[in-house]
Amino acid sequence: MTRGLPMRVVFVGHVDHGKSTLVGRILHDTGSLPDGKAEQIRASCERRGMAFEFAFLLDALQAERDQGITIDTTQTFFHTARRDYVIIDAPGHKEFLRNMVTGAAQADAAILVVDADEGIQEQSRRHGYLLHLLGIRQVLVAVNKMDLVDYRLDRYADVAADIRAYLADLGIVPTHIVPVSGREGDNVVTHCRDYGRMDWYEGLTLVDGLDAFTPPAWLSDLPLRMPVQDVYKFDQRRIVVGRIESGRLRIGDEVMFSPSNSTARIRSIESWGREEPLLALSAGQTAGVTLDQPVFVERGEVMSHLQRPPTLTNVFRGRIFWLGKSSLELGKRYVAKLNTADFPVEVEAIEKVIDVGDLAASRTGVVERNAVAEVVLRSRSTVALDPFSSGPRTGRFVLVEGYDIVGGGTVDMRGYPDQRNAVAVKSKNIFSVEHDVSLEARWNVNGHRSGILWFTGLSGAGKSTLAIELERRLFAKGFQVYVLDGDNIRHGLSADLGFSPEDRNENIRRIGEVAALFARAGVLVVTAFISPYRADRDRVRQIAPDLFHEIHIKADVDTCERRDPKGLYKKARSGEIREFTGVSAPYEAPDSPDLEVDTSVLSVEESLDRLLDYVDRHLDLARLSGRRQSGS
Amino acid sequence: MDHLDSLEHESIFIFREAFNRFDRLGMLWSIGKDSNVMIWLARKAFFGRLPFPAMHLDTGAEFPETYAFRERYVKEWELNLIADPCPPIEEVDPSLPPASRFAARKTAGLKQAVAKYGFDGIIAGIRRDEQPMRAKERYFSPRGAEGDWNFRDQPPEFWDQYKTDFPPGTHIRIHPLLHWTEIDIWRYIQREAIPVVPLYFARDGKRFRSLGEIGITNPIDSDAATLAEIIAELETTKQEERAGRAMDHEAENAFERLRASGYM
Repeated sequence: MTRGLPMRVVFVGHVDHGKSTLVGRILHDTGSLPDGKAEQIRASCERRGMAFEFAFLLDALQAERDQGITIDTTQTFFHTARRDYVIIDAPGHKEFLRNMVTGAAQADAAILVVDADEGIQEQSRRHGYLLHLLGIRQVLVAVNKMDLVDYRLDRYADVAADIRAYLADLGIVPTHIVPVSGREGDNVVTHCRDYGRMDWYEGLTLVDGLDAFTPPAWLSDLPLRMPVQDVYKFDQRRIVVGRIESGRLRIGDEVMFSPSNSTARIRSIESWGREEPLLALSAGQTAGVTLDQPVFVERGEVMSHLQRPPTLTNVFRGRIFWLGKSSLELGKRYVAKLNTADFPVEVEAIEKVIDVGDLAASRTGVVERNAVAEVVLRSRSTVALDPFSSGPRTGRFVLVEGYDIVGGGTVDMRGYPDQRNAVAVKSKNIFSVEHDVSLEARWNVNGHRSGILWFTGLSGAGKSTLAIELERRLFAKGFQVYVLDGDNIRHGLSADLGFSPEDRNENIRRIGEVAALFARAGVLVVTAFISPYRADRDRVRQIAPDLFHEIHIKADVDTCERRDPKGLYKKARSGEIREFTGVSAPYEAPDSPDLEVDTSVLSVEESLDRLLDYVDRHLDLARLSGRRQSGS
Repeated sequence: MDHLDSLEHESIFIFREAFNRFDRLGMLWSIGKDSNVMIWLARKAFFGRLPFPAMHLDTGAEFPETYAFRERYVKEWELNLIADPCPPIEEVDPSLPPASRFAARKTAGLKQAVAKYGFDGIIAGIRRDEQPMRAKERYFSPRGAEGDWNFRDQPPEFWDQYKTDFPPGTHIRIHPLLHWTEIDIWRYIQREAIPVVPLYFARDGKRFRSLGEIGITNPIDSDAATLAEIIAELETTKQEERAGRAMDHEAENAFERLRASGYM
C-alpha cells in the first residue's frame, strides 16, 4: 500500500497561550489516544490537585508538569480521513527558543496560537518572524481561550486584526483565523455553533483548517544539488554518496562539483537490496553514484549539472537568528555549516538588528541571544551555495561556536556577485609569449617603475578628481602615466556590461587585465573605479601582484552624499538607481591598503601631496637609486 | 517517493552523517523488530555491509527464540557482534522499582562498553511514538561523561545539521529511527521481507508486541499470526505499544529517571 507523506505542522506562540493544551485536545477529540492514557493523565493531575490537563499528554517531563510550561519540543502523530500528520509542539517561553526553532524548522505549516484575552505578545511576534525566516508560508492562526472572553466576537475581531496586520508586514497571509477553546474543545474538531456557541463564526474548525493546508512544494523542479556526504571505497567501486536536495539526476548526466569545478559523467547509481537497478533519482532521495573519471571529490562539494550550478563566493549576507549564550559580535569567528560543508567565517558587518516588536531595524553593534539580524559573513575559502530565495535547501546554514550550534540563517546574495564567472579560462590553447625586452629595461628607459595605482572608494570620494590631477602632475615630471576611468572603459571595452553584481565583477576583471598590460608595457596606470568588492580587487592583485598598489580614497557616505557631483545619490535614494554602492549595495573597504587618503579631512592639494609622496617613495627610480638630480 | 521511501532516505542520510563524523561507532542491537530494521537500513546506507559493531546488551534473560535469532543472523548478516554480559542485578541502584533494574543493568552494560571500546557514537533504535520522553529526543543527542542525558538543556537541531562536536569523555547517541512509528516499522518489514523473532506472531491467542526480558515483558491478547494481520491489528488498536513493558509503568517518572541516567 502506498501512503502519501504526512504533513508536519508546528504549534507556536507565546508562553501559556495554550499550545500543548490545544494539541492534547486534538488528540483526544480525534480519538487518537491509546486506551488508559486519559486515566493516567487524570491521576497525574489529581496528585497535583489540579483539573484535567490536556497538555500533560505532551509535557512528559516532570519539570514541565510541575511548572505548567513546555520546555522542549515534542512530536506526536495522528491522522484525519484526509491524511497523516506529524504534530510538533514547540515551547513558547523565550528561554527555550532553540527548542522552538528545532521544532519549527521541520514543519511544512504552522498553527500560531494567540490567547484571546492577552492578545499578541512578544513571542507571538518573534515566532511569527521566525516562521517567515524559516520559510514557512502556510500559517493558520488559532485565537485560543475564547471561553475566557465569553466567546465575544469583538474580542476575536480585535485579536484577528492585530495578528493579520503583523503577519502582513512579514508577507504572510494567514490561511484561516479560527476562534477556539482548547480547554472546552470549541471549534477544535467540532463546530461549537452546533451546540449554540460562537454562532457568529462560520469558518472552518481547527482540524478542518489543518486538512486545508496544501502539501509542500516539490523540490524536484529546481536545479540539481547534491552536497557530497562522503566517498566510500568498500570494494573496487568508488561511490560518491549524498542526498539530492533539489532537482533530478540520471545515469549519463554530465555533472560538476563546486567549488572545485571538476566535471565527470554519472556512470552508475548504486544501491543494495533492490531487484531492479536505479536509473534516476530526484529530490529527497539519498544517492550513491560512480563517475566515469577519477576526479578528486570530497565531502562538502556540491554536485550539480553544468548548467545552473550553485553560486561561488567567499562573502554572503545571512538573515540570522541567534541562539548563542554569548552575543554575536563584529570580527568574531565561527564555523559555518552549510549542507555538508563546514568552513570558518568572520563576521564582517552587522547590517541590522531587527526588533521583532515593530520590525524596526537598528544598527547596534552586537546581536544578543534570541535576536534576529542581518550580518555579512566572510570565509577564507570559496564556498558553493544558493540564495535562499532560489535554493531553499542549499541556501541556509548554521553557525557553530566551540561544540555548539549557536545560530542559523538564510543566504541573501543581493549586491554580491557570483565569483564563478571570474575564474575560468575558457579556451585551453593559450600560450604565453616571452618578451625579449624586460620590464626592468623599460623602467630604466622611462626613469620610473610602472605599476597600477588602484583607487577604490565610494562614488564622490574624489577618485576621478585626484586621478586626473595626479596624471597631469606626473606627466609634467616626465612620467609615462595614463588614467583608466569609467568613461574610457564603459564606452568601449565594457560597453556590453550593466551594473548587476556579475557585470560589475566582469568590468573590474577587464580593467584589471588592461591595467596589467599597460603596466607590463612600462606605463604607470591610475585607475578610478568604485570597485566595491574586496574579492574583485584581490583578483586584480593576483593578475599582477608585484605591480599592484591598492589606494583607498576614503570618505564616508554622508560626505560623499553631500558632494554628490553627478547627482547619483539623489537618484539612488529615490530608487531611480538600484544597487548603488553605499546606499543599496555594499562597499567593502580595504583591510590594509598600501595607502589611505582620507578626503573627508584632507583638501585636494593635501591629498595630492600624499599621492605624489607615495609615487616618489615607491616608483621613482631616480629617488630609489639615490641618483636624484633635480635641485643638485 | 512514498512515505516508507521518505522514512528510509532520512535514516540513510543520518547513518552516513554519523559514519562520516564519528571515529568509533557502535550500534545497539536488541534483536527486536526495530533494531533489525535499523540493521537493514544501515546495510542500505553502506551497500550491503555494517561497517561498525552490533552490540547486544545481554542480561542473560532474553527468550530462547531471541538468542536463536541472534546466532543465525550474526552469521547471515556478517555482523561484528559484541555481546558482553551486563553487570549483575546486585550492582544497580536498589531504590529503583524492580522491573526498572533490568533496564539499569543494560544502562550499566552500555556504560561499560563505551569505556571498554572507546565509542564516541552509539546508534540506538528508539522512536518518538514509543514513549513521551523519547518524543523529546534529538537525532544526535549528547550524553555526559556518565552517559547521562540532560533533557532540560538539549542542543538545537535543525536543517539536518546535527550535534557532531562534543568534549572528550562524552559521547553522542544517534537515533536513525526517531521519526518512524510502530506501524511504519511493520509496513517496512513487510515490504522489505526483513526477518524478525517469531515471538511477535500470535500463538494460542497471545503475541509479544514489544520484546524485552523474560519476567518483565508480557504478551498481549492477539490472533495476529502474519505480518498482514499485525498491520491490520495496529491500524485499529488503542493499546499502547509498551503496555506489556512493566518498567514503564512503575511510577509516573520511572522512564524519565531511566533515560536521564543513560537508558536508551
